[in-house]
Amino acid sequence: MDVVKTAVAGSMESNDAMVTVEPGAGVSVTVESVVMAQFGRAIESSVLSVLSDMGVSDCLVTIRDRGALDCTIRARVEAAVLRGSRSTS
Amino acid sequence: MKRRSLLFVPGNNPGMVVNSQVFGSDGVIFDLEDAVAQDQKDCARILVRNCLMSLGTRRGERIVRINSLDTPFWREDLRDMVVAGADTIMLPKVQSVQDLVSLDQALSSEETDAKSPLSVMALIETPEGVENAKSIAGGPRVSGVLLGAEDLTAALGVQRTKAGSEISYARGRLVMAAKSSGVDCIDTPFTDVDDMEGLKTDSDLARSLGFDGKAVISPRHVEVVNRSFTPSDREIEWARLVVDALEAGERLGKGVVSVGGKMVDAPVAARARKILALIGGD
Repeated sequence: MDVVKTAVAGSMESNDAMVTVEPGAGVSVTVESVVMAQFGRAIESSVLSVLSDMGVSDCLVTIRDRGALDCTIRARVEAAVLRGSRSTS
Repeated sequence: MKRRSLLFVPGNNPGMVVNSQVFGSDGVIFDLEDAVAQDQKDCARILVRNCLMSLGTRRGERIVRINSLDTPFWREDLRDMVVAGADTIMLPKVQSVQDLVSLDQALSSEETDAKSPLSVMALIETPEGVENAKSIAGGPRVSGVLLGAEDLTAALGVQRTKAGSEISYARGRLVMAAKSSGVDCIDTPFTDVDDMEGLKTDSDLARSLGFDGKAVISPRHVEVVNRSFTPSDREIEWARLVVDALEAGERLGKGVVSVGGKMVDAPVAARARKILALIGGD
């Protein structure tokens, strides 16, 4: 699956995460989190796992986490990728 | 399955979705319909699917209100909720049994590997739906019907009141339809979040009419509604006396027994057993 445009999913509400995906060469993940020290690596790992499952190999992901659980983070990444992979026509 | 209280939670609110099972309701209705903006339907569907799949401990029934059949969203909703292992699909704006036939066909095509078929709760919230309640309650997979009074009164062009006289016909019709088909009948939510006395009055009224439970839109309403739909100590004591008398009568070969000077016939026995079943004592 190719990310062809910038797309956003989620929110900055508590327990949520705002995920932005953009077209790019290779995969790059930037994490901002209120629990960065404890869960930063786990969040990045979850993002990479979703991208792998969806067959995304070129994408820039920025995730601004507000204490979301893993299932929420994965949902927001998947939704953002699906939105970014759609054609604008 | 107890359905005293069924708590609506907005499907795109992670805080509510992931915490929904801690509020003590007998079931949770994950809402993909009215509580979700049109441009967030995809996000809500994926979020609810993921959370259902990852919430390990099952506390209560997991119902998903999908989008109605006249939208482009319902098929994808259905597909994901079958995968996620929801217990029950709530279909909004059910007008006739044909809507349930369409849903049943779609579910059957998605459930190829499902361990057990999903049940359906029909949300009746239009005048046509109320008039067709009997056939709807007997429709495929239907395990319960829910009255949606807000949409119904809007369609009728009447004011929604706390007394509820404007929905008395619909309430009665749904109870008769549900009971004659052997399915649960769930009352419409009480929408004033802060009026706990009004909530109790409304819940007690619904139970007295024959409803099995009530939908709620606030976690704060769960306790009051559960209490209204839980048999009182007096009812439980009476039910135990009746069942004990029946069992003693069977042992002694008596055809007829009485409790407190009143004969226990089949409807009385059934009522007593239902009360004990509600508290898990029979």
